[in-house]
Amino acid sequence: MVESAIGLVLAPLASFILISFVTRRAAILSAVISIAAAGISFALSLSLLVGVLSAPAGAGLAAGAHASIQWLSIPSIGRFRGLEIAMGVLVDPLSATMSVIVSLVAFLVTIYSLGYMKGDPGFSRYFSYLSLFAFSMLGLVIADNYFQTFVFWELVGLCSYLLIGFWYAKPSASDAARKAFVTNRWADFAFMVGVILLFIFFGTFDFGQLSSAIAGARGSAMLALVAALVFVGPLGKSAQFPFHVWLPDAMEGPTPVSALIHAATMVAAGVYLIARGFALFQSVPGVMETMAYLGGFTALFAASIALVQKDIKRILAYSTLSQLGYMFMALGVGSMSAGMFHLTTHAFFKALLFLGAGSVIHATEEQDIFKMGGLGKKMKITAWTFVIGALALSGIFPLAGFWSKDEILFASLSSGHIGLYVLGIAVAFMTAFYMFRLIFTAFGGTAFGGTASGGEPTEHAHVHESGPAMTIPLIVLAVLSVFAGLIGSPWFQSAFGFSFGSFIFFGRPEASHLDMTTASISTVVALSGIFLAWLVYGKKLLKAERIAAALGPLYRLLDHKFYIDEIYAWVFAKIMLGLGIVFDWIDHYIVDGLFDGLGGATRALGRKLRLTQSGRLQGYALVIFAAVAIAVVFISTDLLGGFLK
Amino acid sequence: MIGLDHYLVLAAALFCIGFVGAVVKRNAIAVLMGVELMLNAVNLNLVAFDRFGVHVVPLGQSFAVFIIAVAAAEVAVALAIILTLYRRRSNTRVDDLDMLKW
Repeated sequence: MVESAIGLVLAPLASFILISFVTRRAAILSAVISIAAAGISFALSLSLLVGVLSAPAGAGLAAGAHASIQWLSIPSIGRFRGLEIAMGVLVDPLSATMSVIVSLVAFLVTIYSLGYMKGDPGFSRYFSYLSLFAFSMLGLVIADNYFQTFVFWELVGLCSYLLIGFWYAKPSASDAARKAFVTNRWADFAFMVGVILLFIFFGTFDFGQLSSAIAGARGSAMLALVAALVFVGPLGKSAQFPFHVWLPDAMEGPTPVSALIHAATMVAAGVYLIARGFALFQSVPGVMETMAYLGGFTALFAASIALVQKDIKRILAYSTLSQLGYMFMALGVGSMSAGMFHLTTHAFFKALLFLGAGSVIHATEEQDIFKMGGLGKKMKITAWTFVIGALALSGIFPLAGFWSKDEILFASLSSGHIGLYVLGIAVAFMTAFYMFRLIFTAFGGTAFGGTASGGEPTEHAHVHESGPAMTIPLIVLAVLSVFAGLIGSPWFQSAFGFSFGSFIFFGRPEASHLDMTTASISTVVALSGIFLAWLVYGKKLLKAERIAAALGPLYRLLDHKFYIDEIYAWVFAKIMLGLGIVFDWIDHYIVDGLFDGLGGATRALGRKLRLTQSGRLQGYALVIFAAVAIAVVFISTDLLGGFLK
Repeated sequence: MIGLDHYLVLAAALFCIGFVGAVVKRNAIAVLMGVELMLNAVNLNLVAFDRFGVHVVPLGQSFAVFIIAVAAAEVAVALAIILTLYRRRSNTRVDDLDMLKW
């Protein structure tokens, strides 16, 4: 089990090295190597999952295997504590499930990229980065301690940076890459400090040892501090408010990358980390409450922005933010099962939606949905799979999103968070509305090119369905989007004796339920969202412009994404730059002045002292004699400490 | 009665004369002679201490003999240097010599 876990991480690394150093020039060979590596990872992760599943039912996180080696060991010296860093593999239901999700989506996206990136000058480079990402992400998933997690955490951040800025010649892409990297650095810094404090307080990085150590330190202030600091890391990686700004801009990268990194896997790493270190967070109720409300707020906030976006990828990006908010909410109210379940289903249907959007963009070379229209007839497979994805996302029975979203709503209701439940329902309504706004505008209608955005109608006569490399992953993901939710359904539980909730849980297993009240409310809400979208954008009974005009200030607020980017720009331009100027002055005049002065003084002294070096032998002799005479006087005088009488 | 003090005063006088000669003379030969005087002042001291001190072995005398031998060698080397100097610059003025300066 441990061997397969190591193998599934190393296969993409081998592929990265091979592509970078050997097959750089042979584009197709690079793609084949990358796909093969992703396939190997997928097969090995499946074997892990099977291995974990064969453990006795109800074993929970105890099922699986754990192995680690000492990587760095600095012994303690006196009162200075040493450092012990291990590198290890932790296989349990959580990591096995996550590695299956990651490697499956990575595998499908790599195949899809074969079609999407065809003819790109950076073809080999693209596949090497994809493999590097798969390596980093899988390494993060199977890590058995916080230190190793942090290392791979930074590596996925690097891959994200490289792939967002893949078309680096485009200024907007390189800016977006930097924005993503810098925003993540802010969060990662807090995370790093948290991990260091964790070691200082508990003396170990290991997840297993920590969870027992934490149990004994419940309620202490330092535990709260550590939990809060570590929690900031996931906030950045999963792009929760106030670190959400990088994710919409990250859409500058190639679309398959958006699907893999910025929808299905890397942004879910934050959720995964919280699940992994649930013992830590769960012991600090304040952090859990913050997590729940921050997640709920982000869900609502991002969904409301998505209502007015025009760029197909940005709509999906805000939708991702919103769904990640759902996951945080679920974890915050204490249901790790619901959070991880939604992560699983979301990975499939959001990857599907992004790949569908990629297929559309590939065909039309257009991202504004109001310049599309009638694509449903030209691109049947893309359109149908996209609709399936949208239905799953909206939470329509019996698709994947229905089960996981209901699980979250039920968890928030049963834990007594009525406010969050209402908020979740509102988000569900918005989600259904913006997804079907997109579908009715881009795929529905007959004429190409609407005038809603004021843009010139454009002809897309050349539009046709994408090739099999792109449609096959779409179909596979569509099938998963339909059926993946069933693993958390009561039917699955009665048929196989276990379900998602009794497989991945914290504390005690959670039974799958189909609470008729929550289910029917959320279904009705989702359907009414779709119906409203149909009225506005399908039938055009209600004029979208008139609604926008009626809601003037609110519409502008949403259109400008609540001016968060502007606020950040102002903060950075005024405060940070002002601070920078002050520090620059201090550096120039005080720090540099100090050392320049030191240097100047030495030179001036030297200029004087060199006069004594005349080169004349007799002068030297005189000095030597004088020195000896003085020394003799000193050692022979009692008063000056001399010893000669 | 001539005692240790007399010898020491004589040696000190001799040393001072030699030192002044070595430091102020311009002619390299004169400098060398000053150095020789200083060495011999030391020799005188050594022998005087040896004579008036309480010693089983004549340590001071044997050191004096060593110094005479070393002084002879030193003169040989110094004269060779002065000769070379004279050949290159056709004088032996010490105050023109500042080649030790970097």
